[in-house]
Amino acid sequence: MAQVTFLDAIKQAMYEEMERDPTVVLIGEDVGVYGGAFKTSEGLLAKFGWERVIDTPISESAIVGAACGMSYLGLRPIAEMQFIDFIVCAFNQITNFVAKGHYLWNAPAPIVIRGPAGGGVHGGPFHSANPEMYFVHTPGLKVIYPSTPYDAKGLLKAAIRDNNPVLFFEHKFLYRRIKEEIPEGDYVVPIGKAAVRREGKHLTIVSYAAMMHTSLEAADELAKEGIEAEVIDLRTLMPLDSDTIVESVKKTNRCLVVHEDTKTGGIAGEIAAILCERAFGHLDGPLMRVTALDTPVPYSPPLEEYFLPNKEKVLHAARELAKY
Amino acid sequence: MAKALTKQQHLDLYYYMRLNRAVEDTMVKLFRQNKIVGGLYSSLGQEAVSVGTAFALEKKDWLAPMIRNIGALLVKGVPPRDVFMQHMAKYDSPTKGKDGTSHFGDLDNLHIVSPISMLGDLIPVMTGVAMAGRYLGHKIVAMTWIGDGGSSTGVFHEGLNFAATQKAPFVLVLENNLWAYSTPVKRQVPVENLADRAKAYGVKSFVVDGNDVAAVFTTAREAVELAREGEGPILIEAKTFRRMGHAQHDPAEYVPAEMKKYWEERDPISRHKKFLFKEKLLDEKGKKEIDAKISALLEKERDFAENSPFPPAEFAEHGVYCTGDDCHKIRAKWERPIAEVTPPKSGVPAVWTVEGFGSGKGSGGGSAPIHFGDTVKHEQKEEAAPSNNGAKSPAKKTAKKSVIATARKAKR
Ligand SMILES: Cc1ncc(C[n+]2csc(CCOP(=O)(O)OP(=O)(O)O)c2C)c(N)n1
Ligand SMILES: [Mg+2]
Repeated sequence: MAQVTFLDAIKQAMYEEMERDPTVVLIGEDVGVYGGAFKTSEGLLAKFGWERVIDTPISESAIVGAACGMSYLGLRPIAEMQFIDFIVCAFNQITNFVAKGHYLWNAPAPIVIRGPAGGGVHGGPFHSANPEMYFVHTPGLKVIYPSTPYDAKGLLKAAIRDNNPVLFFEHKFLYRRIKEEIPEGDYVVPIGKAAVRREGKHLTIVSYAAMMHTSLEAADELAKEGIEAEVIDLRTLMPLDSDTIVESVKKTNRCLVVHEDTKTGGIAGEIAAILCERAFGHLDGPLMRVTALDTPVPYSPPLEEYFLPNKEKVLHAARELAKY
Repeated sequence: MAKALTKQQHLDLYYYMRLNRAVEDTMVKLFRQNKIVGGLYSSLGQEAVSVGTAFALEKKDWLAPMIRNIGALLVKGVPPRDVFMQHMAKYDSPTKGKDGTSHFGDLDNLHIVSPISMLGDLIPVMTGVAMAGRYLGHKIVAMTWIGDGGSSTGVFHEGLNFAATQKAPFVLVLENNLWAYSTPVKRQVPVENLADRAKAYGVKSFVVDGNDVAAVFTTAREAVELAREGEGPILIEAKTFRRMGHAQHDPAEYVPAEMKKYWEERDPISRHKKFLFKEKLLDEKGKKEIDAKISALLEKERDFAENSPFPPAEFAEHGVYCTGDDCHKIRAKWERPIAEVTPPKSGVPAVWTVEGFGSGKGSGGGSAPIHFGDTVKHEQKEEAAPSNNGAKSPAKKTAKKSVIATARKAKR
């Protein structure tokens, strides 16, 4: 088994799916000759040709719209947003056209919309977004935000094979920073299943994407203090695997949610509501959350560092929670 | 130039325009009886556009109607009962009560894509349909319509430009009825012909009298042929007039009376009838037969629609997601050898490549620089980054192997 970066895992997933299934095509800005701004589609054009690796003008609505139209004839397009920040330029196409089609007129749109998301790389206010919750709030879409190369590959394959529109967020901080051995050849990771990354009994930390790694590091440190944290990696935000969260909290009686998305309207609020509905009697303390600030993502390093959650902030919250 | 129309084609065009009008007249009655749940839009006086353009399509072709294109749906083979039931929000309607008006489609048989209310969205979608059809070897043309008002949306421009770069077999009918709700076209688009905009995208365009059904049909037929031959996309501006208000609620008092009169005198159905009578393609008896046929059909269709129940309330919960193969088997229909699009053959340039593009060198493989977040570059920058009262940036840590190893163990 080879050590593979997150970025290579994405590339492998697309390559293998395109090789396996000629209905899979890739459409986006600079995805062809240049191989994508982040090189996730490098080599695909040479292998699969111009009809399947489609360079487009800078027109996010057209990219999503055309992908949707192609899917009506049985293709499975992958639409790339050069940066996920630009996905909101196609907001109407996604939320009104793509998301509602199956419900309204029984028309599935098996497309994947994917792209690099997240901060921590000083990308500034327009190249660091975590826009997942706009779409989690839109019935008809599935939303995936993985944290490991293994999951990235397996979930992207699952997304391509899914009959629904799937939004697939790739945290760009992880692209080349993490490596993992992943099996050669085909495997999928099921959509809608969280993973327990670390078992523990004193509190549950729920997280996803880059913050999952921050949470694990914090958990290691907490262990030295005698606090055993269970860490859950959501992997999929819609549909949310609430069973895994509820089960864990019934055991630990405490829940901390860590996400890089801003606080208000983040998934932590939804998880708080679910726990109130399903595990109220099991809670020994309030649900706590460590999230980004309710501001745009600032550019300058000290500002961005202040804005983002980090291990210290997680540790602080976890210690407070453990006291209950 | 254009091939002459056969007698049958002339008569069919007449029949569908008459049917279009009669269906809408019936709906006005239903509306007045409070049997239509939402709004009702009218294409009175614009029937030649919907009918003449859709009539140029083959059975295998795809279309997506806008709100005033009931006529196009009828030409494509949608039974009037479906149109009635959509408006009446009935359970037997194509969307089973989940949406109204012309908002329904049929992927498998009639090849109709459902519109949504947001104007212009269909343009890239139908471009995608056209591209997929070409990719699968279907040799189809995709067609949709847009109003003079809708032609100012961003997605109109994104879509038409993208279709142009793709040479998509796509025909866009710009139905210029001089009004967008209460706003006259001159207030929206300060150019003489809306079709002039096509030039800016390198798109071929036609301007046609939208109240002359034979002219609309011959123009559309030429556009469809060109698109099918790889000369697409094509824009057709059909000049016409919206004779009713924006919808039933709107008396359209803002429209000058003389303007209404001018266009009433150019009613597309009367005009075509006059032509048919003059050319002896139809006589009073034949006309009466068509009228009788349509009345009988619509009476039956209307009865069916009125007797259809409303959907059961709990149906509201169903169908947000496709649940898999039991719900939809998604299968592309290949009409070209798959080998052409799979390696090693697929690396061959396609027919619409751009000259000189792609002949340079590729980038440097796995270590090629990426836009942001490149580890090496990033870590160098980190040295100089000021610290923020002890709070460590996640950017400072490259995730440790141990972390990932833990992750893997727990997962499997
Ligand atoms: C993007 C968008 N904005 C606003 C509306 C509301 N709206 C519906 S129809 C209409 C006027 C459309 O005019 P036009 O495109 O000329 O079509 P017509 O009604 O004349 O057929 C407006 C403003 C809409 N449907 N979509
Ligand atoms: Mg108009």
